[in-house]
Amino acid sequence: MSVLYFWSPHGWVAGSHDDVCPPSSVDNRHGRVRTGRWRSGRDLTDPPGQLPGSCGVHVSAVFQLNPALTNVFPESGLLICIGWVLGGIIYGADMVQTFRLQPFTFFYYLLPPIVLDAGYSMPNKQFMGNLGAILVHAVIGTVWNAASLGLGLWGCWLGGAMGPLQTGLLQLLLFGSLIAAVDPVAVIAVFEEVHVNEVLYIIVFGESLLNDGVTVVLFNVFDAFVSLGGPAINAVEIIKGIISFFVVAFGGSLVGIAFGILISLLTRLTKRTPTIEPAFIFVLGYLSYLTAEFLSLSAILSCTFCGVFCQKYVNTNMSERSVDTVRTTMKAFANGAETVIFVFLGISAIDPAIWVWNTGFILLTLLFIFIFRFMGVFALNLILNQFRLVPFGIIEQLVMGYGGLRGAVAYGLVFLLDEAKYKEKNLMISTTLLVVYFTVMLQGITMKPLVTWLKVKRASTDEASLTEKIANRTFDHMLVAIEDISGQIGHNYLWDKWHNFEEKWLFKILMNPTARKSRDYIFNIFHQLNLKDAMSYVQEGERRGSLAFVRNDSKADVDFNKQFGSDFADMPDIMGPDHIPVPYTLRDSVPSVSLNMHEENQKAREGDDFNAHHLLQQHLYKGRKQRHTYSRKQPVINRDEDEVQEIFQRTMRSRLESFKSAKMGVAQPKKITKHSKKDQTQKMANGKPADDSKIQSYGDEAGIVNPAYIAEMDSNEPMPPWVDEAGEDSGTVAPSQRAQLRLPWTPTNLRRLAPMRLSTHSNDSFLLADSPATQQGTAEPQAPPPPPLQDGRGRGTHM
Amino acid sequence: MGASQSGRAEHEFQDLSDRTRFSLEQVNNLNKRFRQLSNNKETLSREDLASLPDLDNNPIRLQIINAFFDKRNLSQDGVGIVQEISFEEFLMVLSHFQPAAMDITEDNREKLRREKLRFLFNMHDTDGNGIITLEEYRQAVEELLSKAGTIDPDTVKAIADAAMLEVASTTRGKMEPDEFYEGITFEHFLQILKTLNIESTMHVRFRNLDTGNMRCGK
Repeated sequence: MSVLYFWSPHGWVAGSHDDVCPPSSVDNRHGRVRTGRWRSGRDLTDPPGQLPGSCGVHVSAVFQLNPALTNVFPESGLLICIGWVLGGIIYGADMVQTFRLQPFTFFYYLLPPIVLDAGYSMPNKQFMGNLGAILVHAVIGTVWNAASLGLGLWGCWLGGAMGPLQTGLLQLLLFGSLIAAVDPVAVIAVFEEVHVNEVLYIIVFGESLLNDGVTVVLFNVFDAFVSLGGPAINAVEIIKGIISFFVVAFGGSLVGIAFGILISLLTRLTKRTPTIEPAFIFVLGYLSYLTAEFLSLSAILSCTFCGVFCQKYVNTNMSERSVDTVRTTMKAFANGAETVIFVFLGISAIDPAIWVWNTGFILLTLLFIFIFRFMGVFALNLILNQFRLVPFGIIEQLVMGYGGLRGAVAYGLVFLLDEAKYKEKNLMISTTLLVVYFTVMLQGITMKPLVTWLKVKRASTDEASLTEKIANRTFDHMLVAIEDISGQIGHNYLWDKWHNFEEKWLFKILMNPTARKSRDYIFNIFHQLNLKDAMSYVQEGERRGSLAFVRNDSKADVDFNKQFGSDFADMPDIMGPDHIPVPYTLRDSVPSVSLNMHEENQKAREGDDFNAHHLLQQHLYKGRKQRHTYSRKQPVINRDEDEVQEIFQRTMRSRLESFKSAKMGVAQPKKITKHSKKDQTQKMANGKPADDSKIQSYGDEAGIVNPAYIAEMDSNEPMPPWVDEAGEDSGTVAPSQRAQLRLPWTPTNLRRLAPMRLSTHSNDSFLLADSPATQQGTAEPQAPPPPPLQDGRGRGTHM
Repeated sequence: MGASQSGRAEHEFQDLSDRTRFSLEQVNNLNKRFRQLSNNKETLSREDLASLPDLDNNPIRLQIINAFFDKRNLSQDGVGIVQEISFEEFLMVLSHFQPAAMDITEDNREKLRREKLRFLFNMHDTDGNGIITLEEYRQAVEELLSKAGTIDPDTVKAIADAAMLEVASTTRGKMEPDEFYEGITFEHFLQILKTLNIESTMHVRFRNLDTGNMRCGK
């Protein structure tokens, strides 16, 4: 008679299993999912129990600082080690393991954030595109894994390889089902550092999420079977089991989608309460998990599909700030939960009470897991490749098989087992822990070298340029059209049908009308580009002390007016009738700014298009990046170091130059404003500059200076020079980049400004500044400028 | 339509199949489809294609239809537009969309890439001079975004400009002040889109099954 130790608030109580039977955690009815089992005793939710958790988080933060370490050893492995250490300390102090990860805590508090984050950040296009493959692996693959493992162990048990164990076929099948499932937590943790290509990642990751439907069902079914006893199982029960699979899986997904719709509708209406918008997402996301759980459906599926469904609509409806908040907070929660899980996985191991060592069982389990996983993956992919447009290569299949990591979900499930029914529960726990350690640590460590060695295609790190995105979009439509014409019903056909349905119905219902307008994919990128540029422009202006740039010879005027003409009507208008400085407060609320090409551009034909290009080049950074890969660590991935650097350098450089030029006593900025194309051309056309003195000072070396300007310059030194142009001819608001382009040039170059077509030079103002020699050299020969490029520009203002 | 006719058709099909890498069944199916579209005539005209209702939703339908009648797609150095195409030409156009075989060699893969990209290029380059100018590109982007319905033409223009600029900067880098960027040549096109795995993404799976009855052209 085995003696079981179990917990009670009063400490260890030894008792035989006859004395007290802890309540069954699983109902015997089919399809009813496990309810959490609340064990009294210390666990995560007691204040003292949070200590190891927070320790783990802090130590892991320290580890993050050392990338060399995390490059080799996956962070999850490190956390488990920390858990061991902590567990050792606690055990040493108390002589018993007082902390343990309770299944309830795990399933209700720690897992939901991770799953919600996974669903919300899921790259939908790839997910949906590969859904077939994912489902095949998730369902058939998991069933195969479970069955093969269970049967294999049973066979070995019958053969006596494990020695005397009090177990049976059903119990082993149950064990197989709980350990067969690929675990999302572990997959995220390990693949986070490896960055394989998106398709590979999404297949493994999607499988890990979607197999929950199968796992839940198998677990419940076998548990019920065990309770019923062997002889009572007949065909009816088995059929009920199969039906319960469909109920659980589809039911869970439907619940998720229902909540997704709910969230989208809500966000559509919360325009006025932006601060609470993020909270809705979290609350409703969690609700979807709970609802499915209480309806005995698959909670992970529900949460996943909720996130997958609502992400598009929610991200459109909410303000940018809310979107950022949601994303960041979700990742924080998910990260935290994952950390705690792994730490506790470590702590729970330091508990002699649960350790039962059975070499045969453990080794066989490990072996079978591997073998059957690979077998399953290869077999399924063989079939899938017949239907896939882009078949899987052998190497990818290898990685897919190797990426079948087991993790905390298995651990949680094994703890739910009832000791009365499962005599070998402790053995199962030990084995599960060992399997988890093995996969997370060993496979985690070796994953990266393996991937490198096999030369697996990695995630592409540079994002598509605008051209590529346009090309992509063209493709999609083209493929759909070809399918239509050639009468094929293909993948693209379905995508197109869904897309049309979405456009017709879903967008109207679930999306904010104003948000819908700017929804378009390509437009979004463009919008981001403009937005960032506008923001930096405004910041630039602030830095210079005023937003009233006065440049009257630029071809591209930033038209802040475009979106909120009326709002601006009452702004102080010192620049001229059309140009209004953008106030500081509006910076964050600029929804769209367009760098408008000057109207007259269209009229000036020859070479104008070309000018437009280069103007744009001045104002737009190279392909702004929008990354669609999933990364736990970095909430916003589209920050480009070069970009930031470029901005910084540009601003610094221009500051330097303006400071330098101010020092030299050259009233440079004034001249710049005088350089309106029109003026210049007029002047030149007349042969005699209208404003002689100014031109003269251009042509001369630094020595000759118009004292009037200098005086003004000095007095105005703290203020940006161009502000004084208020009274003069110019009302243009010019982008800062243009200013920067101008500033570095010494006076001798200025004459060249006019004839030179707008900046065929690259954006690099510092490059320009670096090569003043060349420009000076060529300045003179260019004396007579080519015919005016811009006609009728008026005052250089735009509409 | 006797045995001789079908015999000849068989032979033709075999020939076509060899030339365009479609399998015999695929050729058969596509022929049925062709017949359907062209109302059993020997040649397909623009109106036949334009009358497909599903294409209405497609923003770039005009370009696609034009692509079918563009001689450049039909032969290596064809120029100009034809008004009607025969089945063989229909197949030639569709053959651009075949997937790459699993065991394709590197050279062949590169060739395939070029072919497909050439097709795409031709679609954009409407006047056939080998260069996509800004106007043409604008046209393309406008059509592409036209279905979104809510973007005003200025923005569209600006987007096209920005894209053009990107191309210019990636392919030409810094340019001399007086240089003029005429447009995207095919080489540039190849360059910018080299990261796109076009040989594996740009294709339609031509079924061996007979789906002719499932989708009618009406």
